[in-house]
Amino acid sequence: MHFELAEEQKAVRQMVAAFAQREIQPNAGDWDRAHAFPLELFAKLGQLGLMGMSVSDKYGGGALDTISTVLAIEELSKADAGIGVTVSVHAGLTTRIVEAFASEEIKQKYLPKMCTGEWVGAFALTEPESGSDAASLRMRARSDGDGYVLDGTKQWVTNGGFAQAFVVFARTGAAGSKGISAFLVDRDTPGFTIGRVTDKLGIRSSNTVDLTFEDARIPAAHLLGEQDAGYKIALASLGTGRLGIAAQAVGILAACLETSQRYARERHQFGRAIGAFQAVSFKIADMCVDLDAARLLLYRAAWLRDQGMPVIESSSKAKLFASTAARKHAAECVQILGGYGYTTEFPAERYYRDAKITEIYEGTSEVQRIVIARELLGRLEERMQKQRGAQPMSGAVNNGLAGIVEPAAELSPDAAG
Amino acid sequence: MKIVVTVKQVPDTNAEKAFDPATKRLNRSAIENVLNPFDEYAIEEALRIKEAAGADSTVTILTMAPQKGVDIVRKALGMGADNAAMLSDEAIGGSDTMATAYLISQALKHIGFDLILTGTQSTDAINSIVPAAVAEHLGIPALTYAKKVTIADGRVEIQRETDAGYQRVSAPLPALISVTKSINEPRYPTLKGIMGAKKKEIKALSLADIGADAARFGDAGSKTWVESFTPVSARGKGTVIQAQDPVEGAKQILEFLIAKKVV
Ligand SMILES: Cc1cc2nc3c(=O)[nH]c(=O)nc-3n(C[C@H](O)[C@H](O)[C@H](O)COP(=O)(O)OP(=O)(O)OC[C@H]3O[C@@H](n4cnc5c(N)ncnc54)[C@H](O)[C@@H]3O)c2cc1C
Ligand SMILES: Cc1cc2nc3c(=O)[nH]c(=O)nc-3n(C[C@H](O)[C@H](O)[C@H](O)COP(=O)(O)OP(=O)(O)OC[C@H]3O[C@@H](n4cnc5c(N)ncnc54)[C@H](O)[C@@H]3O)c2cc1C
Repeated sequence: MHFELAEEQKAVRQMVAAFAQREIQPNAGDWDRAHAFPLELFAKLGQLGLMGMSVSDKYGGGALDTISTVLAIEELSKADAGIGVTVSVHAGLTTRIVEAFASEEIKQKYLPKMCTGEWVGAFALTEPESGSDAASLRMRARSDGDGYVLDGTKQWVTNGGFAQAFVVFARTGAAGSKGISAFLVDRDTPGFTIGRVTDKLGIRSSNTVDLTFEDARIPAAHLLGEQDAGYKIALASLGTGRLGIAAQAVGILAACLETSQRYARERHQFGRAIGAFQAVSFKIADMCVDLDAARLLLYRAAWLRDQGMPVIESSSKAKLFASTAARKHAAECVQILGGYGYTTEFPAERYYRDAKITEIYEGTSEVQRIVIARELLGRLEERMQKQRGAQPMSGAVNNGLAGIVEPAAELSPDAAG
Repeated sequence: MKIVVTVKQVPDTNAEKAFDPATKRLNRSAIENVLNPFDEYAIEEALRIKEAAGADSTVTILTMAPQKGVDIVRKALGMGADNAAMLSDEAIGGSDTMATAYLISQALKHIGFDLILTGTQSTDAINSIVPAAVAEHLGIPALTYAKKVTIADGRVEIQRETDAGYQRVSAPLPALISVTKSINEPRYPTLKGIMGAKKKEIKALSLADIGADAARFGDAGSKTWVESFTPVSARGKGTVIQAQDPVEGAKQILEFLIAKKVV
């Protein structure tokens, strides 16, 4: 057992860190205030290979291992967590699904342009009435001749306003998790419109929109995987997508630590650096311990995926721990900076606002605990209900939970079969 | 055209540095090392010259550093250099600036070159001596402080940056050029570059390979040595100028700078 990153992994981290600190970090405050999505950045990220980092070289990607991809998202998020999630949804979630589940023709058409950053990807699962309980989603996809017709609404779709390739989940069959299919929907599909942009607390340089589908016809070839087997795709992809969110949280936490350390050395009160007060220095010590612990959970989960092992449980642990720690220590970072921490002169208040989302999307912290607990205890509550002859909770509770009943295929290019 | 870029491993500028009191040398093992930022401009310029010159040109990275320095060589290869050579030997420790220049010039003779590019200075020792000394050892022209390089018909012409403007300097190849930070914007290594770098050759050079004369490097071969060292004293308190009227404030700052002979 050893804990040293490989040479290329270090090189990837260094490259992304250098880029992020020079080209992203200095603008992060402005993008946040203006709620601006820096579109021009994606060509640059594409040139570096980051937009295609998880795609195989056959389609123009960088074919990075999972550890390197989380290192990249961590470094981007340290500079700007909004950019971190944008890249995570594009490269950690969407391009992976396209490569694993789309037909060869679709891969040829979409992946090369997604690798350059010319085309951005988005992932649309959540609906106004269906969040954690994703298996209850209502959007319909009706088989019609040589294609499908989509009707319904999606909500809070990251990257949606600028994306070309949307992975959309819709109901093709019965209620519950077994009647859902996944589709690749092109932005230019008639009947598909991009709706309102969501105003939000943090990660304001990322773009979050609603989508509306009204008789939107797509070719049958745009079905991803098998019909009615889309929920498994959602589960498997969120298992790895969560690593991206854990990496985002780790990046925010690392930024909090750096900001706190610098400030505690420089700020003097009562004739000494505030870091000389134990109350302040202990906060920083705790922050560093949690950062290390979060990294270890995250890198282990990424490593497991690289070994071809299941990651659903370990990625839930990493995301739960990292996001909790990021939220907690971002608050402490503001506290260490005192009044300055509350102002927009320093980035601490941005970290504080950004950190909160990591406890919510790609499965809330409650959902992560359910995933982990079910792994430890089995589905006790359902068994009890069965014994009593009662109905189990509607469908399989979201974003990872059904994976416990039927371990979902890990998301890898072979999974498509 | 065979282009060689000499690059140095330097301690991260942000790292806290410590000297080993016994050897009076910088304790390099304890700190994060990086590619000398000035050398990134030399690499970038070399890659641009190669891209313009066509397929039969190559860019070779040369460094003299302990084995750990391989990281910075990989970074240079990740930016797009073709191959590298690395001179590492315990016996090199203690070499002063002239000894360093001697060893680098011997290594250059060994690997061959048409054009040598260097940074103007390192961020740690900041001597700006190595480039000219290397050229002198090799008996080739040194064109220093280049902010623009043009190569045509076996000659090189540079714009040599000065405080007042620039000088046009030209020389026949082979030659050595040191470049300034205003020459270009260095590229980042790409993921493809980083992945490709592990397949590129990093040739290990020994002191024997380059035919180094033992009397000319290391402690014994260095004519200068460190007598003692003193940490820099903490900077004093700054002067704060407060003025209601910004124009008046600016005037006061200007007077202050004039008094200090800064302007
Ligand atoms: C900025 C942003 C970007 C987003 N990007 C995307 C995207 O790109 N694609 C996408 O599909 N979605 C996206 N989402 C949606 C996100 O994944 C959901 O918000 C999340 O899954 C939670 O769903 P919900 O908001 O409906 O909360 P709900 O499911 O309504 O949950 C409300 C509360 O109840 C708790 N709860 C629910 N069920 C249980 C249970 N069984 N046991 C215990 N507690 C429970 C939750 O933990 C939470 O605290 C985004 C959201 C935001 C805010
Ligand atoms: C008495 C004395 C003892 C020293 N002992 C040691 C020691 O034990 N260990 C140690 O590491 N250093 C030691 N040094 C420092 C070492 O000699 C300097 O690194 C060397 O003098 C180069 O000078 P510089 O860094 O100022 O280079 P500059 O002249 O400022 O550098 C300009 C350019 O020269 C090239 N260059 C410089 N150094 C190298 C290199 N090593 N490899 C490839 N290209 C290079 C680069 O292109 C660089 O941009 C010692 C110096 C002195 C004076």
